[in-house]
Amino acid sequence: MTIDGQTVEIENERNVLELIRKAGIVLPTFCYHSELSIHGGCRMCIVEDDRGSLIPSCSEEPRNGMIIHTNTRRVRRYRRNILELLLANHSRDCTICFNSGNCRLQELARSFNISSIRFMNTAHSPHMDHSSKCISKDPNRCILCGDCVRICNEVQNVGAIDFAHRGSDMHISTPFGVPLAESVCVGCGQCAAVCPTGAIIVKNDINKVWRALDNQETFVTVQVAPAVRVALGQEFGLGDGENSIGYIVAALHRLGFDKVFDTSTSADLTVIEESREFVQRLQSWHDMPLFTSCCPAWINYVEKHYPEIMPHVSTCRSPMQMFASVLADEYRKVPGKRHVHVAIMPCTAKKFEAARDEFVTDGQPNVDFVLTTQELVQMIRQSGILWEDLEPEGVDNPFSVYTGAAVIFGVTGGVTEAVLRELADDHGPTALKKLAFVGVRGQDGLKETKITVGGKELSIAVVSGLGNASALIEDLKSGVRKYHFVEVMACPGGCVCGAGQPVVPLSHRAARGKGLYSADLLTSIKRSEDNPLMATLYDGLLKGRNHDLLHVHYPGHKGHHNHAA
Amino acid sequence: MNQIFDPIELDEIVKSQSTDPSAVISVLQTIQEKYRYIPREVFRPLSLKMGISEARIYSVVTFYENFSLDPKGHFVIKICDGTACHVRKSMPNLERLRKELDLPEGKVTKDDLSFSVETVSCLGACGLAPVLTVNDKVYPAMTPDKVSDLVAKLKEELANETH
Amino acid sequence: MKLTSRADLKEARQIFSRALQLQETKILVCAGTGCIAGGSLIIRDKINELLKAKSLPVTVEMADEPHDKEINIKSSGCHGFCEMGPLVRIEPQGFLYIRVQLEDCEEIVNETIVAGKHIPRLAYTFEDKMYPKQDEIPFYRQQTRVVLEHCGHIDATSVKEYIGVGGYSALEKALFELTPDKIVKEMSDSGLRGRGGGGFPVGRKWAEVQRQKNKPKYVVCNGDEGDPGAFMDRSIMEGDPHRMLEGMIISGIACDASEAYIYVRAEYPMAVNRLKLAIEQATDIGLLGDNILGSNFSFKIKINRGAGAFVCGEGSALTASIEGKRGMPRVKPPRTAEHGLFNQPTVLNNVETFANVPEILNRGANWYNKYGPAKSPGTKAFALTGNIRNTGLIEVPMGSTLRTIIYDIGGGIPGGAEFKAVQIGGPSGGCLTTDDLDLPLDFDSLKKAGAMVGSGGLVVMDSNTCMVEVARFFMNFIQNESCGKCVPCREGTKRMLMILERIVSGRGNIGDLDLLLELADTVSNTALCGLGKTAPNPVVSTIRKFRDEYLAHIVDKRCPGKVCAKMRRYYVDPELCKGCSKCAQACASAAITGKVKESFSIDLSKCTRCGACINTCKFSAIKEGW
Repeated sequence: MTIDGQTVEIENERNVLELIRKAGIVLPTFCYHSELSIHGGCRMCIVEDDRGSLIPSCSEEPRNGMIIHTNTRRVRRYRRNILELLLANHSRDCTICFNSGNCRLQELARSFNISSIRFMNTAHSPHMDHSSKCISKDPNRCILCGDCVRICNEVQNVGAIDFAHRGSDMHISTPFGVPLAESVCVGCGQCAAVCPTGAIIVKNDINKVWRALDNQETFVTVQVAPAVRVALGQEFGLGDGENSIGYIVAALHRLGFDKVFDTSTSADLTVIEESREFVQRLQSWHDMPLFTSCCPAWINYVEKHYPEIMPHVSTCRSPMQMFASVLADEYRKVPGKRHVHVAIMPCTAKKFEAARDEFVTDGQPNVDFVLTTQELVQMIRQSGILWEDLEPEGVDNPFSVYTGAAVIFGVTGGVTEAVLRELADDHGPTALKKLAFVGVRGQDGLKETKITVGGKELSIAVVSGLGNASALIEDLKSGVRKYHFVEVMACPGGCVCGAGQPVVPLSHRAARGKGLYSADLLTSIKRSEDNPLMATLYDGLLKGRNHDLLHVHYPGHKGHHNHAA
Repeated sequence: MNQIFDPIELDEIVKSQSTDPSAVISVLQTIQEKYRYIPREVFRPLSLKMGISEARIYSVVTFYENFSLDPKGHFVIKICDGTACHVRKSMPNLERLRKELDLPEGKVTKDDLSFSVETVSCLGACGLAPVLTVNDKVYPAMTPDKVSDLVAKLKEELANETH
Repeated sequence: MKLTSRADLKEARQIFSRALQLQETKILVCAGTGCIAGGSLIIRDKINELLKAKSLPVTVEMADEPHDKEINIKSSGCHGFCEMGPLVRIEPQGFLYIRVQLEDCEEIVNETIVAGKHIPRLAYTFEDKMYPKQDEIPFYRQQTRVVLEHCGHIDATSVKEYIGVGGYSALEKALFELTPDKIVKEMSDSGLRGRGGGGFPVGRKWAEVQRQKNKPKYVVCNGDEGDPGAFMDRSIMEGDPHRMLEGMIISGIACDASEAYIYVRAEYPMAVNRLKLAIEQATDIGLLGDNILGSNFSFKIKINRGAGAFVCGEGSALTASIEGKRGMPRVKPPRTAEHGLFNQPTVLNNVETFANVPEILNRGANWYNKYGPAKSPGTKAFALTGNIRNTGLIEVPMGSTLRTIIYDIGGGIPGGAEFKAVQIGGPSGGCLTTDDLDLPLDFDSLKKAGAMVGSGGLVVMDSNTCMVEVARFFMNFIQNESCGKCVPCREGTKRMLMILERIVSGRGNIGDLDLLLELADTVSNTALCGLGKTAPNPVVSTIRKFRDEYLAHIVDKRCPGKVCAKMRRYYVDPELCKGCSKCAQACASAAITGKVKESFSIDLSKCTRCGACINTCKFSAIKEGW
């Protein structure tokens, strides 16, 4: 077909819009996401055919011989009018919007040179929602493209929000408009990640961290999750998935953190603890299959949607919380400066996890503040640090050693592969390398594999995306599927695609996973148990206390007791 | 009259229809026929039974004009403001009705749940315009004075019933 | 009785038809929504009671043992002459009694039923001429009733009567004589176009569904007649439900579908009841269900009630609503024929369209396309409402002129006012004026004139109507009913309404007309669904035809139709004013000034037209003007 005079080959494109983009033309859209169903509400992608008919390209099937024009006087006028209509009902205080500079509406208003609006501004909704620890919602910045609704329902199967009312009264709402914190929202933040404007944003805790850093009376430690290193760099000109951990550590030192650690270190603890728990459960065969517990949005999902399966969820704390327990023990018991701990995470739900009662010791959360990758980017920019001037640095002692098994935690299948390395009969390098090919790697939402360990064939599933998780739970319940071990990550693709990461199209996200696997290749130790630091910890600080410090009993878990009591 | 929500009854209602998500509108209609509105307590059990999120049920309920999340009055008066009724002057009837019942604009139901007043876009009784209905009974060719008489009659009926 | 073969049906038809013939007197009481509201059912029962008291052989249902002196009282479908209801028709004489009251029943029984005499005072009289018989009344004489042929003539609640007058013979033909291809071809040849608004050729639609390999397929009947001022479909559902069911079953045969849904709007409870009853009867007698008449064709029909959303009249919104979702239209393609209800191939037509089907199969495409112009053949039912003498339901050949409908059938404008305009095609249609009186009403000519047939509502407006206010009214309606999914309709109609509200309240600017037209252009070209695309029509057509009225509102702040309250001008008659100052005290905006005991005056620039002054003046000194 012909697009603006260019002939474009039709391959497997679902619609004309994909072809237009293939032809290198950037057509504006608000409501089109290749991974979601087609909505067709924003009407920005309208194009004109050779007979002068207007066609929304997102829903039009490409046909041979079709001739379309994407940039005629008419479509420009209509797009401009649509933008003006949207802006008339939009909070236009861009300078104080957290998504300023990252907002498609702002970007288009600028490129269409809209300098005045002929209609009265009607964005006066009082219904802001700041209740959630993870995200904030402002209807006055919402353009009702429905991306959040579709990702919450179609991909995550959380169903916390939907369209409510109709026509010009329509808005995105929880049932009866209850605050998000009281809804079934799990804080995965995927809605914020797809929101083209600043209507749903990730909560920002930068100022609290600045305050801690400014305070001379505090000793501030920080841990950086594996997934952060392969996403942050792109904000500073690095390629997709390029590992920038050395620069991140350097930047954190420059920002004034007293000690910088890598969450990978505690991920090694998680691998060991979880493997032990798995072996125990295999032997006693209670509450099988075992589900992983690293992902806080997944824990929320179990609590709010499938409380009955909580006994199946591992009691291991997440790597972030394991590290936090260890650090609290290490630094808070020593008199002196007040210890404040910050975690840099790819995740919005970690903000909720950090505030849970289970992880508060003596009135102070083990993790005081969680910053997302994007917030760290913002801090670096605020501080005026020039990325180009940074020289890579290493993490600090005494917790500076981690294995390749831990680094891959950030990608779907990584936890499973790490546990398999732990359990494998043959610890030789070739055998460990082979584990990469048993079917746990890749971007698929559900991966299944069978592997023989100790003469027993284990059936393993790896899911990412809560919609896939809920489908799997239903299948387990009905007996269609049976497993021994199930890894769940709430975000499709795992932590590398967390809602706290810089947003990129789905096609670019695979590179982040690859980045972590490359990082694994660079490490000298592949199995968590072989990490010499582990022995030190188990013989030292953790001796006889590993259950207390590294496990948690959520409501629904056996042995749960009310922490408030 | 508005009844107290009874979870066992909900079971029966859902059973009498279907637990398929496509039946949610007809289940809600049956609930509304029973309680004259959709009680908030229905949402959670209905969501679990039918496998639809509460947000989705809320989304459906608020989309359709006929569903009400607030209890309705004993008499529900619907004033037709379809085109035919409008050009035959239905609005003065509404004004009179609001005045007689002391219901300000924007308020649907009297606090004592005696009357609810709604406008509807067309009742399809255009030949009799302007019309209104009281609990679905059609009153044809209304005038403001006839509205006053009707309200007086209904109030009397209500008084007799409560005695 | 269960019919299990073609022969069974033929035999049953003979029995029922004979039973109908044997009924010596038929009393057809209109049981349409309009007449019931006027008390027709009480009248029916009263007549029955009176006849029984006289020990006359009266029946309300078709008797199993026909009696040759039988008097049968029927609850018929809408006779159409709603303005004159409650209506009672008496056969064999063909008398039509209008505005029948309970007190008239005794006289009807004694004079007409027993003595066979006509009662002149109950007859329709127009311009001093009395019309005893229904067929002679101009309202009926000028009509061509095909779809409505049974409405008012048979009992709407009896499948037996429908069979007795030849009903379900088209189904018989479709099952036993025609192939699905032949049925589709017949529909194509007839040229029948969808009666719901779009006017899409029915044959083409059915052929497309027939081609689909994906099963199951569905038949959906759109009974969500949401256009205010339209009630044709309601009358068919209430008055001749089997005709529509028969059409649906035939489309199932043609397209290989065995499940069907009827979506009826919530405001039509009686239509739902009649349809339920009709489906029950048809199932009991073996015309619905498994292996109809012994064939291997099975067909089931379910009823879904709407829940109050105009947009559900749009195909994809309607199917979404049947699926239990918000009635938001979805993008097309894929079209309903390919991916309709539950994402399966679906035939979606409205009530009147399906009701046309049986007669086309019975009499053939060539008979049908003799009516009306070549490209819009057939007849069309219209609901005639508003400022017109004979409101009601009519059916005329496509291509009849507005003049015929308004003056010959409708009897012109009552109350000495003049005809000003007619809104055709519902809120998203357009208005036609005196210039268009000789325009043939069919799909294509109306489109050219900036209006549309729509479902067929004709709302007549007289010279006391303000067209700007009418445009505001329609825009308000559309805005309330917009589903909110697409930006142009959600935001565009809201802005158009705000501008219109500004104009009718005297705050319009001269640039408003251009802004309205620009918005209209954007909305109609970019909205997602038909409702949105046509939403600006009333505004565009009133601006085009009544620009001077808009200008009067905007420039002169004057409402020529004397409707817009904010355009009212209040002034003090100095002759009557005693200077008591009551009005000045009552005025909240301090627009009234003057010296006590001298005449006061009103500053119109401050006056908010609240009318408080007029109510306080004891001397009627404050006058209203335009």
